[in-house]
Amino acid sequence: MRTIRFREALREAMIEEMERDDRVFLMGEEVGHYQGAYKVSEGMLEKFGEKRVIDAPIAEGGFAGIGVGAAMVGLRPIIEFMTWNFSAVAFDQILNNAAKVRQMSGGQFSCPIVFRGPNASARQVGSQHSHAMEHFYATIPGLKVVAPSFPADAKGLLKAAIRDDNPVLVMESETLYVVKGEVPDNQDAIELGKAKIVREGTHVTIVSYSRMTHIALEAATALEKEGISAEIVDLRSLRPLDEDAIVQSVRKTHRCVVVHEGWPYGGVGAEVSDRVQRLAFDHLDAPILRVTTLDVPMPYNAKLEQLCIPQPERVIGAVKRVMARSAALEIA
Amino acid sequence: MAQQPRAITEARESTAPLTQPSAQLDKLAALYRQMHLIRRVEEECARAYAEGKIGGFLHLYIGQEAVGVGALAALKPNDYVITTYRDHGMALAKGMSPRVLMAELWGKKTGCSQGLGGSMHLFDAKNNMLGGYGIVGGHIPLAAGVAFASKYRADGRVTLCFFGEGAVNIAGFHEGISLAALWKLPIVFICENNEYSMGTPLSRTMSVEDVSMKALGYGIDRDRFFVEDVLEVERRIGEAVQRAREQSLPTLVEVRTYRFRGHSMSDPAKYRTKDELEQHKKKDPLFRARTKLLNDGYTEVRLKQLEAEVEAEVADAVKFAEASPEPDASILESTTYTGPFAS
Repeated sequence: MRTIRFREALREAMIEEMERDDRVFLMGEEVGHYQGAYKVSEGMLEKFGEKRVIDAPIAEGGFAGIGVGAAMVGLRPIIEFMTWNFSAVAFDQILNNAAKVRQMSGGQFSCPIVFRGPNASARQVGSQHSHAMEHFYATIPGLKVVAPSFPADAKGLLKAAIRDDNPVLVMESETLYVVKGEVPDNQDAIELGKAKIVREGTHVTIVSYSRMTHIALEAATALEKEGISAEIVDLRSLRPLDEDAIVQSVRKTHRCVVVHEGWPYGGVGAEVSDRVQRLAFDHLDAPILRVTTLDVPMPYNAKLEQLCIPQPERVIGAVKRVMARSAALEIA
Repeated sequence: MAQQPRAITEARESTAPLTQPSAQLDKLAALYRQMHLIRRVEEECARAYAEGKIGGFLHLYIGQEAVGVGALAALKPNDYVITTYRDHGMALAKGMSPRVLMAELWGKKTGCSQGLGGSMHLFDAKNNMLGGYGIVGGHIPLAAGVAFASKYRADGRVTLCFFGEGAVNIAGFHEGISLAALWKLPIVFICENNEYSMGTPLSRTMSVEDVSMKALGYGIDRDRFFVEDVLEVERRIGEAVQRAREQSLPTLVEVRTYRFRGHSMSDPAKYRTKDELEQHKKKDPLFRARTKLLNDGYTEVRLKQLEAEVEAEVADAVKFAEASPEPDASILESTTYTGPFAS
């Protein structure tokens, strides 16, 4: 077991998979000579050369499309977006080509490709650079979407994503790249679609992923001091979604709060809420609440930005509301 | 560096003596047969569409057959072809059987895409037909990616990417060509300029009349010509294919053509005059190929026999499509994901 940073875990996953399979290559802006805009690919150009670590010009639609075409004929591209915000100009390639090629060809072609990069808020980067893009992509059949919270999961999920025969979108976080965590020496691929209970509890289930799992953990620590025991389900994978793990936890705690970045209209939280009410209706003692980014474009102002992004205090507030609601029900 | 394109030329009847007359004649006959097959398939599609047998959008290739047939004649079987939603002709020229094509249009399980793709999405992995795509320009970077894979593996294969002049204004065109130029990919970008981007003439959609000029900004070779003679298409595209195969360099070729039907079946084509259409029909490359065959000694009897074969093939394809079963819901999930469904 070693303690390494999130970005190092991602790098190890790519290096190991590229050593394992010469069809795998990395392409994106600044991934090579610059050593990665966020240093995720540091040293990879020196290791694999320009053939397999490819600096692309600023043309996300173009190089995302290059990846899709290469994947269709048997290569296994890793396409890095400097941030997922910029994938907006490649949305057509992901929606209409990567996610459709198998269906349009009646199963003749597959698209084994990974799109990855930092997602959601960073620090004061304004409205155009703070999008939680996973909500747009997780709704698309044909795609898989993962959002790890810890270095070991980042490594295992990225390895699985690279080996998967479908398009897999890996949502990272700029603010998590420096986070350290224990990673087993021989961390292998982690099966996509499996959530992980990162904290056991009995009173309420908090469902979260990516950076918000860390927010949920902070909230749970504070709640514990008040005698509230929160269980945290770290989704890790958004599509496929591990509804069994969520439902199993809610059956135990009878309360559910979903925490994620991104707006409240629709999205992953709404999807989780729908499944919980359908599959665990009789076990619920309170309505499912969501803690999300506020329903406005992200402001630049530091205080307003923090107000918009889910904080432990808002998670604590939501948990207390579902606790109070169920207490009220018991009295009635 | 970018060459000046040759002046746009009227195709000319070859007056030079043929070195291998019978081989050359047989080749032209084979290309004529392909073009005639495409024409007849498309005519049957139009009829079937009117009868409600084919749903959705239907974009016919009538008038443009010589582009696809001539260009693909310059390829080896393992070279790749990618095109737009006007893809029937390309699929047939790449080797898809009329049966499989018609069945797809009928939405049947025996179609190339099991009835899931339809007219705009004809894929044929066996023949390296990488599909018809419905978003204008979206397949151009994808095509560059296929060529990227060829260069990555040094497999010697060439990719032909077709699109209309309507695609020349969208980002995919520029990004795809820009990257292919930057990375010197073995690909030929073929703009089938049929003069109308749906209902809007080129003069109202582009600041220049010469599409091939777009190659200048990317520093790649270009060519530009009118399509009248299918063999001339093969020769001209063949030069670009050779450049791709031997030097791993992309080329932008503008091929001036004309579609005899509307953009799709719902388009009455009121934006052009009957006279304009008739003038183009007089120069129909399919008709010209037939005339040339007769002039060069291919007998009317043999032509009639060839056409009768095509007629039987088309009738058989329609019958096959009619009789084929529809796909059932069991294929929906397995064609969405490779492996287990992800929900």
